[in-house]
Amino acid sequence: MSDLHKITIHEAHKLLKEKKVSSVELTEAVLEHLHKVEGKVRACVTITDEQARQYAKAADKAIAAGNIKHLTGVPALIKDVICTKGIRTTCSSKMLENFVPPYDANVIEKLKADGYVIVGKTNMDEFAMGSSTENSAFFVTHNPWNLDCVPGGSSGGSAAGTASDEAIYSLGSDTGGSIRQPAGLCGVVGLKPTYGRVSRYGLVAFASSLDQIGPITKDVTDCALVMNTISGHDKRDSTTVPYEVPDYTKALKANIKNVRIGIPREYFVEGMQPAVRQAIEAAINKMEELGAKVDRNVSLPNTEYGLAAYYILAPSEASANLARYDGVKYGFSYRDTTNMWEAMEKTKQYGFGDEVKRRIMLGTYALSAGYYDAYYLKAQKVRTLIKRDFEKAFGQYDVLVTPVSPTVAFKIGEKVDDPVQMYLSDVCTLPINIAGVPAISIPAGFVDGLPVGMQIIGKHFSEEMLLRVAYAYEQATPWHTKKPALA
Amino acid sequence: MNLSADEVRHIALLARLGISDDEVEKFRTQLSNIMENFEILKQVDTTDLPPTAQSINLENVYRPDEPTPSLPPSDVLANAPGQEDGSFKVNAVLE
Repeated sequence: MSDLHKITIHEAHKLLKEKKVSSVELTEAVLEHLHKVEGKVRACVTITDEQARQYAKAADKAIAAGNIKHLTGVPALIKDVICTKGIRTTCSSKMLENFVPPYDANVIEKLKADGYVIVGKTNMDEFAMGSSTENSAFFVTHNPWNLDCVPGGSSGGSAAGTASDEAIYSLGSDTGGSIRQPAGLCGVVGLKPTYGRVSRYGLVAFASSLDQIGPITKDVTDCALVMNTISGHDKRDSTTVPYEVPDYTKALKANIKNVRIGIPREYFVEGMQPAVRQAIEAAINKMEELGAKVDRNVSLPNTEYGLAAYYILAPSEASANLARYDGVKYGFSYRDTTNMWEAMEKTKQYGFGDEVKRRIMLGTYALSAGYYDAYYLKAQKVRTLIKRDFEKAFGQYDVLVTPVSPTVAFKIGEKVDDPVQMYLSDVCTLPINIAGVPAISIPAGFVDGLPVGMQIIGKHFSEEMLLRVAYAYEQATPWHTKKPALA
Repeated sequence: MNLSADEVRHIALLARLGISDDEVEKFRTQLSNIMENFEILKQVDTTDLPPTAQSINLENVYRPDEPTPSLPPSDVLANAPGQEDGSFKVNAVLE
């Protein structure tokens, strides 16, 4: 089979289970394709050929012994912010360029228990701060649909890698849209789970009250399969919930009759690309045709404060989390002085890129004496209002539907010197992290040959409802079957 | 919102972030522009509203205080930029 790299997890699982293909064969096909297109896409910071082959052999042994789970033997890419024992984990930062974690993240332990295969660690905006992957300290990742465009960010490598079939699926992380926005701009499926659904143990911390790990996949079924594996309580992350993990694939029924869908008008923002608006409106009409009850006049009145609140809260938490990079325990270290303070200051000056420095300074300012009440505390109170908007809406609607981003993928370099413009590309995704609710991004059409993403938002721990609506829409539309014309 | 160069230097010092003169000017402009966008929050009446620190309803999560094995010191020190006698090596704190 020549197109093995193009398949989904569920297709791969079937072939592996029926012994029509081995994990070694599948992995070799994926690696061969990865090496062929990686020069154009540049999704990977590290390609793990050796581990991939080793894990694939182990998976084949497990399969031969009759021990096959859904992810067994299936090649994946992992965002380089998730710790992988013995495999360099850089956060696309000079600070961690040579950091080799001594332990696995909880999600990696779970993937290993399922017998997964790792093919690489993906490029990202440095420390997950950014919306285009241009803030990587190493190189720029390209959108497989148009190599002159960004893949979105911060999980740009995971999204571009999945869209270009460099792996069967990937993991990303999402603090303000970092799974959903690149998934949307690259035409794949990305889910940010409810805060507390997936353990953050071993996820390099950016903003601890907002961060979640989630899947980036080629279709909704695969998203459910990855969620089955990575979800669950972990005593090493006290913010994970002790709720049982459902079988998410049971939610995949192509039936949304009488599902109540709300369309919050504030998400159709000023400056939105008209063709993106039209694509989302067409998608909403489609869901109505499928039997959903759509209310197009919903208001989440505090939405307009989301951006400001986010850019106080996330940098504040980041400024505390990133204080650990002091050049003593691990990471880059400025050694050309015997003065402790100078060593610490120069370690950060030379180890961090501009966006990370901007956010450290924003957060430090917002938390500093005399400004704490006006900025940080104020933003936390606005957070309460935004959360209440969602609670109120979910009293009436099963899901809310919005665009993922106001535009399709933009040109590389277009927004790199204008942080405020860059921040606006996450305006539809940030409030979801502020409220801690789950949201999925799924392909909803194309504008000028570039994918448009639709966001479906639900109440806390309603991932099954999101998957159900997403699956019904996906099954009624052709978007997920389209592939970029790479190589 | 217009930060002064001295304010930028003060913030960098609080964060123990080294900063060049060129960077002071660049970040002064960029941070001022970003913080301009925070002004909108002044319109919001937050009287009597409780702050939200995290979004789900978990409170005071405890676990039994049972000793479990830690990582071996050699693993912990493997990434250390400087080490001596099984310890992290740092510059003198007191002079």
